[in-house]
Amino acid sequence: MSDLVAGADDAVAGRRRRPGPLVPMLRVTEREARIWTRYWQTSLLSGVLTPLMFLGAMGIGLGGLVDDARGPVDGVDYLAFVTPGILAATAMQAAAGNSLWPVMGGIKWEKQFHAAAATPISPGQVFGGYLLWGAARTALNATLFVAIAALLGGVPSPWGVAAVPAAVLGYVAFAAPITAYAALQDSDVTFPLIMRLAIVPMFLFSGTFFPVRQLPDWLEPLARVSPLWHAVELCRGATTGSLGALAALGHVAFLLVVIGLGCRWSVRAFHARLAG
Amino acid sequence: MSALPSRSDPSPLDDAGPGDEPLIHAKALTKKFGSYVAVDGVDFAVQRGEVFGFLGPNGAGKTTTMRMIACVSPITDGELRILGMDPRHHGPAIRARLGVVPQEDNLDTELTVWDNLVIYGRYFGLPSGVIRERAAELLAFAHLEDRRDSRVDPLSGGMKRRLTIARALINKPDLVLLDEPTTGLDPQARHLLWERLYRLKREGVTQVLTTHYMDEAEQLCDRLVIMDEGRIVAEGSPRELIERHSTREVLELRFALPDEQDAALPHLEGIGERVEPLAERVLVYADDGDAALAQVTDRGVRPHSALVRRGSLEDVFLRLTGRSLDE
Ligand SMILES: Nc1ncnc2c1ncn2[C@@H]1O[C@H](COP(=O)(O)OP(=O)(O)OP(=O)(O)O)[C@@H](O)[C@H]1O
Ligand SMILES: [Mg+2]
Repeated sequence: MSDLVAGADDAVAGRRRRPGPLVPMLRVTEREARIWTRYWQTSLLSGVLTPLMFLGAMGIGLGGLVDDARGPVDGVDYLAFVTPGILAATAMQAAAGNSLWPVMGGIKWEKQFHAAAATPISPGQVFGGYLLWGAARTALNATLFVAIAALLGGVPSPWGVAAVPAAVLGYVAFAAPITAYAALQDSDVTFPLIMRLAIVPMFLFSGTFFPVRQLPDWLEPLARVSPLWHAVELCRGATTGSLGALAALGHVAFLLVVIGLGCRWSVRAFHARLAG
Repeated sequence: MSALPSRSDPSPLDDAGPGDEPLIHAKALTKKFGSYVAVDGVDFAVQRGEVFGFLGPNGAGKTTTMRMIACVSPITDGELRILGMDPRHHGPAIRARLGVVPQEDNLDTELTVWDNLVIYGRYFGLPSGVIRERAAELLAFAHLEDRRDSRVDPLSGGMKRRLTIARALINKPDLVLLDEPTTGLDPQARHLLWERLYRLKREGVTQVLTTHYMDEAEQLCDRLVIMDEGRIVAEGSPRELIERHSTREVLELRFALPDEQDAALPHLEGIGERVEPLAERVLVYADDGDAALAQVTDRGVRPHSALVRRGSLEDVFLRLTGRSLDE
């Protein structure tokens, strides 16, 4: 514990060490974790049960019809096809949910981000710590979901474990830019529109429930630039074990670029808001 | 052992150089928002152990100045040194040694009273054992022991303010910044808070506070500056300022009708040092208020009411800016 100690303090002055940027960030993550310990049961329940219900309805219910009527989709049964789609789409939804209203709350309503930025923690670290927490929770939820889906037969390949980091990557690719956007708004009036006009369409049309080639020709390229499509492809490649290394690298690279830009934008937005 | 943070002895971490260097040193400090000048070239210095105040009306630039000192707002121009360091390069190191009470409470509404202190301690990187010990002391300091496990929302305004102050002390700051510590509180809550701040002062904690209450400034501040429209218009101890810019006593005359006030004014000329007509009353500045009142009556002026009081910072502000503080 003592190596986390920094700051001007008599009790620890002798052992003072300059913390790297990660340590102050983790303190913000710690705050989120402490709150989470109060309602972790409900958090897990909603974070894992909701996608499992989709899996039951789409993968098993609808999937039975699809498999009978049409046979395998992209070489796997419908349950295996839709499992990674639901995984990635759920991560995206969590990203939107965590990055719109709560971010505005931290900056404009409850202002707890301002409180943190008055300490040695910098605005960028406040953002980083909050982002990291969402990523950690996604990792946990995704692990449970993948494990249960595997028991139900939705994860044919042992590569399925790689779907967890893939989902986390998808989470961050949405959370980083959405956080920046939310941080810069003066009110939350546009947030429901973002949910309805961006998140829901992506949820439905990014290869989540059916391959994007089913889309009208003019829509297909649009789906392919959606970060969700890349996250879905990556997750699906993992759970079905069917993705080539080059394609996987391409998707990872795309997501990393989105993450890099999103983080830069967010760090700037947090600086402007918390230390302008 | 003292329950409260005090750092009157220079710590080994002090890069402040010679002990007599002020904790805050501002020269021609300026802040612009676009083309709007919120703080317009102010000079001031705050010494270790003193309570220093910014007194000024709404929009004077008090919060803007405090935010620059707190290293959460970059300066536009001029010089600013805090604890011997430059906020542009040492923001985190400076903030590690500050305690900040912002104008609007930003307590963590998702945490309990206790956890508010604990998490804030973690933000400063303190070990859990140290935090627990201090949080217990600070809870007592803030008179909130019986609200330990309560959430923040149901607390009264005064309790929230005391908790915010307690939270600001978790890192044993060298310097505590209080932006309008008692605005919006009822008189009783205000007095309780003042008493807490006195205690901090006795423990040697350097405080910088802003207020637009002249009584608060008079009660708490060793030294203060009066700010108006981004500039400092006067500087000194409350007593010095009153001596310099007001008289020992002030006679306040009120008239039943505005016309009566207008009619009386010519008759008041020459009484005391100065006569200042306001919208609702006339102020007569005189070292002996009762003597001035006697003169008023002698001249046949019959005010609706007359009151002799001591000269105050309100009078100083009026004198310097031509406006009253609450205008
Ligand atoms: N972020 C900002 N952008 C633009 N203008 C600002 C900003 N912050 C403050 N101002 C302006 O600067 C001026 C000084 O504001 P400041 O908040 O420092 O005043 P104050 O003395 O604290 O007033 P009050 O007593 O109302 O708290 C005001 O006119 C305010 O509108
Ligand atoms: Mg203010």
